[in-house]
Amino acid sequence: MFQVRIHGRGGQGVVTGAEMLSVTAFFEGRHAQAFPSFGSERTGAPVVAFCRIADREIRLREPIIEPDCLIVQDATLFKVIDVFAGLSSDGYLLVNTNKSLDELHIRNAVDRLPKGHAVIVPATEIALKRVGRPVPNAALLGAFAALTQFVHIDSVKRAIEAAFPGQVGTANVAAAGDAYEFVLSQQSAATAA
Amino acid sequence: MSNPITTIAPEEAVQKLKYYQKGTFTVGNRLVAEADRSVQASRDRSNALTCGHRACQGCGEALGARYAIDAAMRATNNNLIAVNATGCLEVFTTPYPETSWQLPWLHSLFGNAAAVATGVAAAMRVKRRSDIRVVAQGGDGGTTDIGFQCLSGMFERNDDVLYICYDNEGYMNTGVQRSSATPPTARTATTAAVGPEPGNVFGTGKSVPRIAVAHNIPYVATATVADLHDLERKVTKAMSVRGARYIQIDVPCPLGWGAASHDTIRVARLAVECGFYPIFEAEHGRVTQVRKIRRQVPVIDYLKLQRRFAHLFKEGQEDPRVVRLQAICDANIAEYGLIDAVDEDE
Amino acid sequence: MLKQIEGSHAMAEAIALCRPEVICAYPITPQTHIVEGLGELVKEGSLVDCEYINVESEFAALSVAIGASAAGARAYTATASQGLLFMAEAVYNASGLGLPIVMTLGNRAIGAPINIWNDHSDAMSMRDSGWLQLFAETNQEAVDLHIQAFRIAEELSMPVMVCVDGFILTHAMERIDIPDQTAVDAYLPPYDPVQVLDPASPISIGAMVGPEAFTEVRFLAHYKQMQALRLIPEFAGEFARQFGRNSGGLLRAYRTEDAELLVVAMGSICGTIKDTIDEMRDDGIRVGLVTIVSFRPFPVDALRNALAGAKDVVVIEKSVAVGMGGQLADNIGAAIRNLTRAPRLHSAVAGLGGRSITRASLHHLFRQAAVQPWEGTHFLDLNEKVVGREIHRKRKNRRSGPTAENILRQLAIATGLPAAE
Repeated sequence: MFQVRIHGRGGQGVVTGAEMLSVTAFFEGRHAQAFPSFGSERTGAPVVAFCRIADREIRLREPIIEPDCLIVQDATLFKVIDVFAGLSSDGYLLVNTNKSLDELHIRNAVDRLPKGHAVIVPATEIALKRVGRPVPNAALLGAFAALTQFVHIDSVKRAIEAAFPGQVGTANVAAAGDAYEFVLSQQSAATAA
Repeated sequence: MSNPITTIAPEEAVQKLKYYQKGTFTVGNRLVAEADRSVQASRDRSNALTCGHRACQGCGEALGARYAIDAAMRATNNNLIAVNATGCLEVFTTPYPETSWQLPWLHSLFGNAAAVATGVAAAMRVKRRSDIRVVAQGGDGGTTDIGFQCLSGMFERNDDVLYICYDNEGYMNTGVQRSSATPPTARTATTAAVGPEPGNVFGTGKSVPRIAVAHNIPYVATATVADLHDLERKVTKAMSVRGARYIQIDVPCPLGWGAASHDTIRVARLAVECGFYPIFEAEHGRVTQVRKIRRQVPVIDYLKLQRRFAHLFKEGQEDPRVVRLQAICDANIAEYGLIDAVDEDE
Repeated sequence: MLKQIEGSHAMAEAIALCRPEVICAYPITPQTHIVEGLGELVKEGSLVDCEYINVESEFAALSVAIGASAAGARAYTATASQGLLFMAEAVYNASGLGLPIVMTLGNRAIGAPINIWNDHSDAMSMRDSGWLQLFAETNQEAVDLHIQAFRIAEELSMPVMVCVDGFILTHAMERIDIPDQTAVDAYLPPYDPVQVLDPASPISIGAMVGPEAFTEVRFLAHYKQMQALRLIPEFAGEFARQFGRNSGGLLRAYRTEDAELLVVAMGSICGTIKDTIDEMRDDGIRVGLVTIVSFRPFPVDALRNALAGAKDVVVIEKSVAVGMGGQLADNIGAAIRNLTRAPRLHSAVAGLGGRSITRASLHHLFRQAAVQPWEGTHFLDLNEKVVGREIHRKRKNRRSGPTAENILRQLAIATGLPAAE
């Protein structure tokens, strides 16, 4: 079972992100369970959503305590809550930011992960360019596909189109593609260096 | 059966079925087997509410209900369903296993008649039987107090329901307690005629007909058992209209008001003639017609027939609050134009 | 058809497949998505011959359903928590009148203190109202139970409450098989009422009943629920044959063969318990689970059979009767009463007001039941330090203030967040 925890703030499409990830897995014939952190969160408040993916029926209903991957939609959360709680030692970290990991002062946590398992992606910037709204969730799923190789980018795009029909969907698919390419290029740059 | 031990109930443990009225079968006992039914249960009988129910002598509500529902049945060619709030009318018409109702009738709760009627109307709409109409009815307690929220909801959605409130100005079924329709100074079981200000307090009043008008529903009317032809006309008119409609009928309660049973109509007439109970019609949020006062009487004439106001006239002394009651009548007369201004040139 | 879909929307689709004729909607978290989904289906025209009524309260919601049902329409509504309490009078009325209304309960805690998260205190508050109460373990079962609920309700002419864990199920997006219309139509015939308001054949419904007949009327309500003990498995069997999967029934056993320790629970917690049991079985512990689907009627005989062989039974439930303990444990205690060699019963209350129930805590609890059984009601993952401090405060100070706010302040101090002292 692969467990993803998405951190963000109310209004950033955190829950929709988890749901689209579950749909991605569904399109690949897998079982997936997406659920929010259940609250009356208002716009701007810290929000968590979860997604479990497995090849058999998922019965577990506890919150994701030991995620295999963290998606952080808002880098300001590092100062507010313990984002890294329970992250497994061979887990992945995906941060939406324009800054570097060093500038975010999370180097300690990143160094505990295998090389190449932590990446940044300017998902909000990409979303603004492609969609015109600062909602980074679709772009981050593209980046997730590139980082983990756990789902195929085509499935991600299909899930995004299912969630947002029409032009909004097309724009979000483009954002996901950009983020996917961005992470791949980061990784090849890192390998080259 | 799943009663663990089979027993034959001893005679003394099981009460004999009681036929409440007079020990005879003069009630419309359609809940019992066909063979056991009385002639009163015949569907050929003309009244919606068959005689033999156990309302008190001189009951204004029984009279009002019979005329109102009869008129509604005539207007709908008997395609009518009634929903009843808990209260006197419900209790005196359906002592198990008897019923006085000649039409399909449902009693659910005290405070939900308007909502239940909405459900019945919805069922008729979905079954494409909009020829079958729905009447909800209740007393003032079930309408102006506990059923008020459901009533307002039904108005606001403009559901196809005629709601009839039989206003006897108190909770008579439970033993004459105060409701929001009880007039100031009236004695009830919860507004005793003792202390420096005996009887009910002067609040701000609560005119549910006017609240109904404020919902802009198609039809609102007040009526009185003192003018049954007017009542029938209003019910007939209400049934010619679709949407939410409200009729409130002044129905004196001999027991609760402390009036003689033979004075029910007289008391009701005086309530109108003194201006205490304005009779009017309104359509889509505007008052369209008022029943003019023919011969104005002072409110004292109305009060003096009722023991619930007796403390206002104790030992020949008139309580100064009678003036305030008269002021209510005068305000009604002015508000609704109940008396035509005399042309000074004449 | 397989869909990756939110539980609430899947339920809305399933309810629509049942061709409800009157739907009464009033918002209350966490059931709201269900009636929203239905509203959309009616508005867009995919659910036809259906009156969707936005009412002004839960009391009105069920009252409208009562009127519609008595007039011969298939009626549906949904609620949760405070909403169920607000409609309580009508809840008893619907079952007393014998009207086959189906209602979804998105299980949520009851305040005060106000809490929007999941537990079973709302369902428990109406456990003796005369409604049948079926608990869904998964969203697939929630979908299937709604279809079965209409069948059971209309066969018996009694209302059925489908209890679905708020948020945990209602807001979870999962793979769910939504049946097709033809199959549902074949399983669920049109509503044929046993009593109906009809001017062509007028009857009075809801007359006053005195002592001469009240016992008999009540006995027959009880009798209907006893009949349901037979009907529920029968209809679940028929459902399995038609739709190819097991859902519903009175109760379900999981790895109970040879089990010395049996866990009994209801609702979505059973998934987490099953995973825990698999892990414990791997460690050689003989443990199994009995999932209760039908809480009302309470399957006494089936439970006695299921529990008879065990040494220990742990009842874990998301509700507490303050001053008594767990209601489910109490009911199970009554069911196994007089069994020769009855198992020891251990009662635990968990997940109140949405507290997460984790495998780690369940492991600890189940092992303790065999090794170090406890008396009375155990509150899983209770913060004893906070409770102890508050009890001490109350002893010291007469005007100790509101309990809930005191506890929150303590927690704020403990986490180093700014708190008003």
